[in-house]
Amino acid sequence: MIHLPAWRGRHVGSDGRHLRQTFDHALQQVEDDLLRMGTLAGQLLTRAVDALARSDAAAAASVIEDDDKVDRLHLDIERRIMSLLATQQPMAGDLRTLASVLAASIDLERFADHAEGIADATVRLNSQRLVKPVVEIPYMAQIVQGMLHDVLHASARRDPVLAEALAAKDDTVDALRVQTLRVLLTYMAENPRTITQALELILVTQHLERAGDLVTNIAERVIYMVTGEMRELNIEAVGGLR
Amino acid sequence: MAGPAQVNVRPTMTPGASIVAPSAAKPVVEVKDLSLWYDDKQALRSISMAVPQHQITALIGPSGCGKSTLLRCLNRLNDLIDGVRIEGTIRIAGVDIYDPALDVTELRKRVGMVFQKSNPFPKSIYENAAFGPRILGVRGKAELDAIVERSLRDAALWDEVSDRLHESALSLSGGQQQRLCIARAIAVEPEVLLMDEPCSALDPAATARIEDLMTGLKTHYTIVIVTHNMQQAARVSDQTGFLLLGELIEFGPTQTLFTTPRDQRTEDYITGRFG
Repeated sequence: MIHLPAWRGRHVGSDGRHLRQTFDHALQQVEDDLLRMGTLAGQLLTRAVDALARSDAAAAASVIEDDDKVDRLHLDIERRIMSLLATQQPMAGDLRTLASVLAASIDLERFADHAEGIADATVRLNSQRLVKPVVEIPYMAQIVQGMLHDVLHASARRDPVLAEALAAKDDTVDALRVQTLRVLLTYMAENPRTITQALELILVTQHLERAGDLVTNIAERVIYMVTGEMRELNIEAVGGLR
Repeated sequence: MAGPAQVNVRPTMTPGASIVAPSAAKPVVEVKDLSLWYDDKQALRSISMAVPQHQITALIGPSGCGKSTLLRCLNRLNDLIDGVRIEGTIRIAGVDIYDPALDVTELRKRVGMVFQKSNPFPKSIYENAAFGPRILGVRGKAELDAIVERSLRDAALWDEVSDRLHESALSLSGGQQQRLCIARAIAVEPEVLLMDEPCSALDPAATARIEDLMTGLKTHYTIVIVTHNMQQAARVSDQTGFLLLGELIEFGPTQTLFTTPRDQRTEDYITGRFG
């Protein structure tokens, strides 16, 4: 769990007085819950890929079940942000923060859906032995997990440099997806009986690639939150084989 | 009197007059290094800003920051206060409005003002709207009728009062009275319309009507509004200036100022962390 550092000095007015403490407290709570949600979503991804690598359908089923926790957190964050927007009329940095947290919350909810998608594939594979050792997929997940960790830190520390840097890792995720796709195509070409399983694994790599894209989106929100600058970090490369 | 400096005139008002229309890019009001003292107390500190034509410019800031003082400089209302000293220049449509040769009455015809509290004359609705044009010498009934109707229509009041134009203006609601004051101000077709907290005495519905009206009026007029209501500034204005202790801290497009202010003092004020 990432904790917000003591940068809260911004909530002290220029004259040194503490103002809008109720609002500041509510803002702090939604940011804390976003970090909690991000940590939970990251854990789901790790558990989903572990379950796949170990062909453990039961562990995958528990991931599917726990996705509800992320969904509930997302709805709760969204409700509170809508209430703050309606009642507090936030401006400037506060407005950018709330808009960014709301967008990040939506992205994290979808991130967790991709973890659930990987778990669904594992359940469909029904603990059967995989056609090849799963090597690239855990590596992809590890990179995506690292990106998520970085973006949550960047958000908590108001660090746009870290947010920008992590987006470059998304290229590696994309490259690994293409590489995995090539390998699985050869398996399918050699032995059509592997097609069902290979298609599930291709689907898993797509989930991981999308999860990486969502983290990149969140990185863009962090940059906007801190600097006010709207930027596209990754112009998505054309997917598939080239 | 030396010929009054000619502020921009709309062609419909005085055909044949020398028309010095600023280009679209050129600001209508240019304030440069403006400082103002009330006796020894400095109320404005070296303010420079350019107000674009046919846009709404809002001035915001905490009480006593000088926003109303700045607004009143734009039609020289501060001249009426003893002990006021002003340095710097204000040009409206290229004319230095503090030029000793300038006719102040002519200036105030070109730079109208609407105040915080509606102040209709204790006359009929018609006479309020016709007041300015009459002073300027319009006598013909048909012409006055046309001006009254146009002004009341432009002020979004015509439909509510067209059947009782000769009733007392004081019989109108607060919001209607304020719109009548706007009609009275625009009856002489000013170049610039100044509004000093025009909605602070109005309920939300009347405020919304005035705000809608302002958005419509900017097609023809350049509007400068002082408001303590930041949401109002954010809703209606194109440009916003933030003043603090007589200094113009930040001035720029409203959307930028309310989402990504450059100055920490602006950020602190608009996020409600001092004021």
